[in-house]
Amino acid sequence: MSSLYEEIQTPPASDIAVRRLTVNVNGEDRTANVEPRLLLVHLLRQAFKLTGTHSGCDTTNCGACTVLFDGRPIKSCTMLAVQADGHSVQTVEGLATASELHPIQEGFKQEHALQCGFCTPGMMMAAKALLEENLNPTEDEIRWALSGNLCRCTGYQNIVKAVLWAAEKMRAELN
Amino acid sequence: MYPSRFAYESPKTLKDAIGLLDAAGGDAKILAGGQSLVPMLKLRFAFPDQLVDINNIPDLDYITFDADGTLRIGALVRHEHLEKSAEIAKRQPTIAAAAPLVADPIVRTRGTFVGSVCHADPQGDWAATMIALGGYIVAQGPKGKRKIDMKDFVLGPYANALAFNEIAVEAVIPAPKGVARGGYLKLERRVGDFATASVAVALDMQGETVVGAGFALAGVGGKTIDANDAASALIGKKLTEETIAECAALVAAKAEPRTDHRGSSEYKRHIVATFVKRILTANSTQKAA
Repeated sequence: MSSLYEEIQTPPASDIAVRRLTVNVNGEDRTANVEPRLLLVHLLRQAFKLTGTHSGCDTTNCGACTVLFDGRPIKSCTMLAVQADGHSVQTVEGLATASELHPIQEGFKQEHALQCGFCTPGMMMAAKALLEENLNPTEDEIRWALSGNLCRCTGYQNIVKAVLWAAEKMRAELN
Repeated sequence: MYPSRFAYESPKTLKDAIGLLDAAGGDAKILAGGQSLVPMLKLRFAFPDQLVDINNIPDLDYITFDADGTLRIGALVRHEHLEKSAEIAKRQPTIAAAAPLVADPIVRTRGTFVGSVCHADPQGDWAATMIALGGYIVAQGPKGKRKIDMKDFVLGPYANALAFNEIAVEAVIPAPKGVARGGYLKLERRVGDFATASVAVALDMQGETVVGAGFALAGVGGKTIDANDAASALIGKKLTEETIAECAALVAAKAEPRTDHRGSSEYKRHIVATFVKRILTANSTQKAA
């Protein structure tokens, strides 16, 4: 993997060490050489070409860049790539298998939970974190868990329904 | 947005971290949860030469109650740990009430209590909570540890009393004489927005009598506002309509709100008084433990 200066457009300062990091992304170890100031979202999108994670507001508000970091949801625009060294990251690309959508993705499809789709990856990762803790959430709990993710299209109704749909499917799969 | 360039160190011990801060001579910043620092780096409001990431230092992630009831919160306790802690829910109602109102659920998985106190944002929830609770910060530097009382800790907006080579390793909340009661209310336009007004109330009650009380405000002044003087309206008394009204007026008088897009100065002051009344009234109807 090439280093990322081309993304930052200027050569590295000679006195700042480039760091080699290894991150487990969706179950696979990936390595890159990065400047410490590189953000995790840019590592994922530009170094690893995983463009499912969207960079939205870039100010820690919108949640479009939400990924799971060691299983917990974080905003990847607000973490340095170097901090992920030795940790695991799950992105939206890790949800589906080759042949099958994840129940959360299926729920979003069934309930028409997206219009432009920009917030969807972050919504789904936040939903995944919720359902891993609580497979039987109330509507209120879903709204609470997704309150760090903004959607400007849907009015949220169908997103909440999609998570309820996914929860039901995942409960059924357990039985 | 890209931060300006910085060197990054990720020490494994507090001693090493303090050594790095000391060697940097004031040009390094401590990175804990990063939920305030990273946005500030991206906006280039902050441009340190070096970041000292303390996330890989073990034994800083603890919430403990000493035998006497003193509460200790380690430097790497995330907001969500406080939100989910059964002990906090049972024994420290001001923190329990504030935890779910900090930022949004995703920021809460990462941001830290102690980091937020150190950040000293005038709208921050935890600095206000700590002031109301009469807590102190344990700072560790090259020469060892020292206590810094919250009343001396927040110096102004985004300014705290730590020396450049000190790390806030622990926040401590003294044990109540009786039972800890209290609450936290925040008015925000939407989840994750900065507060229009926030009120932290800490009560120490023996039966129905208030033996200690603390108040602090966020979002209604140029810095976190210490309104602990208002305790005089309650100490040694019961929570009645009269004492509550007197106390609410004293706290509201301490607010220094400015008219802006979140509301007028009069409105914000009114919110402060209303929140104080609501929290105290809710506690007055609780059965004494």
